[in-house]
Amino acid sequence: MMRTLLINGKVHRVDLPDEVPLLWVLRDELGLTGTKYGCGVAACGACTVHMNGEAVRSCQVALGDVTGAIVTIEGLGTPEKLSVLQETWADHQVAQCGYCQSGQIMQAADLLARVSEPSDDEIDEAMQGNLCRCGTYPRIRAAIHDAAARIKAEG
Amino acid sequence: MAGRIRKIARRSFLVGSVAIAGGVAFGVYKWREVPPNPLEPSDGAIPLNPFVVITREGVMIITPKAEMGQGVQSTWAALAAEELDVEWEDISVLHGPPAQAYFNSALFGEAVPGLAYKVGPTGAYIRDLAGGGAKLLSLQLTGGSTSTRDGYEKMRMAGATARETLKIVAARRLGVGLGELSTTSGEVIARDGRRISYAELAEEAASIEPPKVELRDPSQWRYLGKTMPRLDMIPKVTGKAQYAIDVRLPGMKFATVRMNPRRTDMISYDASVALAMEGVEQVIDLGSGIAVVARNTWIAFQAAEAVEIVWGEPAYPKSTEALNALALTAFDRPANSTPRDEGDLDKPQDGIEITAEYEAPWLAHTTMEPMSSAALFSGGKLTLWSGAQAPILSRDRAAEAIGLSPEDVELIVPFLGGGYGRRSVADFSILAAKVAAAMPEVPVSVTWSREEDMRNDYYRPAAWGRFRGVVRDGQAVLLDGKIASTSLTNDSTPPEDPTEKQMGDRELVAGAWDQPYGIPNYRISGHTARTGAPVGYWRSVGASYNGFFFDTFIDELAHAAQRDPLQFRLEMARKEHAPSAGAIEAVAEMSDWGAARADGTALGIGFTYSFGAAVAQVVQVSQRDRGISIDNVWIAADVGRALDPGNLEAQLSGGAIFGLSAAVFGKVTFSDGIAEQQNFWDYDALRMPSAPATEVRILESAYRISGVGEVAVPPAAPALGNALFRLTGLRARTLPLIGTFNLLV
Repeated sequence: MMRTLLINGKVHRVDLPDEVPLLWVLRDELGLTGTKYGCGVAACGACTVHMNGEAVRSCQVALGDVTGAIVTIEGLGTPEKLSVLQETWADHQVAQCGYCQSGQIMQAADLLARVSEPSDDEIDEAMQGNLCRCGTYPRIRAAIHDAAARIKAEG
Repeated sequence: MAGRIRKIARRSFLVGSVAIAGGVAFGVYKWREVPPNPLEPSDGAIPLNPFVVITREGVMIITPKAEMGQGVQSTWAALAAEELDVEWEDISVLHGPPAQAYFNSALFGEAVPGLAYKVGPTGAYIRDLAGGGAKLLSLQLTGGSTSTRDGYEKMRMAGATARETLKIVAARRLGVGLGELSTTSGEVIARDGRRISYAELAEEAASIEPPKVELRDPSQWRYLGKTMPRLDMIPKVTGKAQYAIDVRLPGMKFATVRMNPRRTDMISYDASVALAMEGVEQVIDLGSGIAVVARNTWIAFQAAEAVEIVWGEPAYPKSTEALNALALTAFDRPANSTPRDEGDLDKPQDGIEITAEYEAPWLAHTTMEPMSSAALFSGGKLTLWSGAQAPILSRDRAAEAIGLSPEDVELIVPFLGGGYGRRSVADFSILAAKVAAAMPEVPVSVTWSREEDMRNDYYRPAAWGRFRGVVRDGQAVLLDGKIASTSLTNDSTPPEDPTEKQMGDRELVAGAWDQPYGIPNYRISGHTARTGAPVGYWRSVGASYNGFFFDTFIDELAHAAQRDPLQFRLEMARKEHAPSAGAIEAVAEMSDWGAARADGTALGIGFTYSFGAAVAQVVQVSQRDRGISIDNVWIAADVGRALDPGNLEAQLSGGAIFGLSAAVFGKVTFSDGIAEQQNFWDYDALRMPSAPATEVRILESAYRISGVGEVAVPPAAPALGNALFRLTGLRARTLPLIGTFNLLV
């Protein structure tokens, strides 16, 4: 059936079976390829997006279960107008192959929305579902701390 | 991006290509012949040589190297920009097309026999000379940690010749001598203040013979030696970076493959259920498997699993036990190679003799981006987007698979979502070509499911080490090691890879025979197993297991000699190779090795010389209530010269975590001829809470520059194992370590 989705502030209409996961609606139907496929079973976090302001694994959200606004990495910020996390990610030169980083950043954004100055333990807890095979974890941690500090300084 | 490279990527002969040969002296006539410049001018983009293209917006540096996370494209751009005098903001990079001009000279050079750490000026020349062979064989490969060495002179020369050629044109136009001209920020400037931009000079510059040039002294460097912002960073943090899996074209269909995980033929298949599924368009018979084409990738995944397939039997033993038993018979046969045989190993030695046997399991690559390509077969020609580490080979094999000549295949290499050696195999490119050929004029994205990626990997082979050693008066006086593993030379795909024959089985013993230790009686021999199992290059290759075997045995010798394990290694390294000793001293200082540790905390050292770099690591582990945590890893590496310290830090830190992940968890097992592990839930890696804090120190005393993509992997496993021994008194000789210890991961 035809469904209306609000993604990154824009309305999209898609006609697909209800069980198709949001991930593939984004990637294959709408061309929003910043959200990545890594495992299809919520074991790697590469497909993380926000639904109603909360981080979800888009490979596990069926189209029929989508409720409320979706934000993807493309909606978080752009090369011309980076979000604070994207800025600190770039300043700390976090990405190597970069494939998991959309999901890492979306998960970190969810953390900072809930906890303004996360401890290392809180970062561990929030980020444990996001796998990075290049091993960029130390820089991810530094970029999250830095972003928290910048948001605080900017009030 | 893709459209732009297509325009400049057609074959042609341009005189500007002479520039490269002018700088890189191989000394042998045939190797000095310059392959044709694969770039040709298009609207406003003028190639000055195969590496430098001047555009209206700035300078495009063509790097023939796959960007798989190691930062190579930014470092190669910095090498050219250093001599070219352009602003960092004005530089863009593109992966070059498959072309002979982009041969990897360093890879072949390293295949010369002899100990790499003993290379001085003469040896380096011989290795560079041998590197010319890569050009003859069209070997364009991103691998072996060779890119930095390959580009170090070549890319600076490309920048310098382009700059000097532009100056010659400017001198003519301005009517002044060359000596009155300088260059800065993409402009040639005369002493009287008149200036001409590179863009205005480029077209004429491309038509003249470039002069011979001298490279600048490192003391004048502006970019090299400093941490530069990676050119791929902003695209990668905004979701704009395009991987092969992301290529989208109008009218695109989405496909996946299911191939025989036993690597033989498909006996039969029944696709009736799959074909009845909503959104499924077609099932293609690929001979040894099938492809499903659908409206989207998820539907293709579901349908592919719904196809009932009878697979042929494997050509290798079906269970891990049977496979390993076959591999171990290699020890019963004479050694295939004994690359190091110093002293007299048969003479009885006084002292304490110990023996140990080690085992390393089969491993998968699990790149975050599963194997994927996009392809369009149109008008009898194929365009292929594939994250190929060996683009010429991948293009040629894709062409052959669908009956085209290589000229009719255009291969575009986007970003790679991890490589680790997996994408040096052409299989995924070939399959995408076959799918596209079956649906002419329709662009298709071919994505493997994670499960398909796991069961059709080319695995790091299991390996075994049998060691005997003697210590006397606190010193190692004898070390005799035998290594057995499935040969990559004979068993890996692609068998046509020209490196295989050249490099022989040296990889089987790499990381064991070539260690910079003064041990009077030192022998390492390799026993080649032919199991027929699907094996391939895995980040750090032979050193990935030999690093664990050899260094753990060194630790055991130190223990038998009742010596401090770090001092024991340091003394042996001092006798043989100063940079290696320097790395061990550095890591001792960083970790405060000699200081007392709290109860329940222990340190372990690991050291491996590989790919031209000496890397020492110290790991700290702690006993906690619920298990043992991996707290810290200190890493010291001598890379000869640090071109981008920030990127080196990232590679060494990430490499250690990659190595620790395999040491802790990595294990592929086989049942019924098929890998049993399916996804990250049963093939995991370290994550944020379990990954240690890392600290890196880079040293620059080695004679030659080295790459760092792989070198931090080998010492990680022994450093962790040695730390666990010091903590628990238990010596693990089999990987992964989770089998022996209760690790908090």
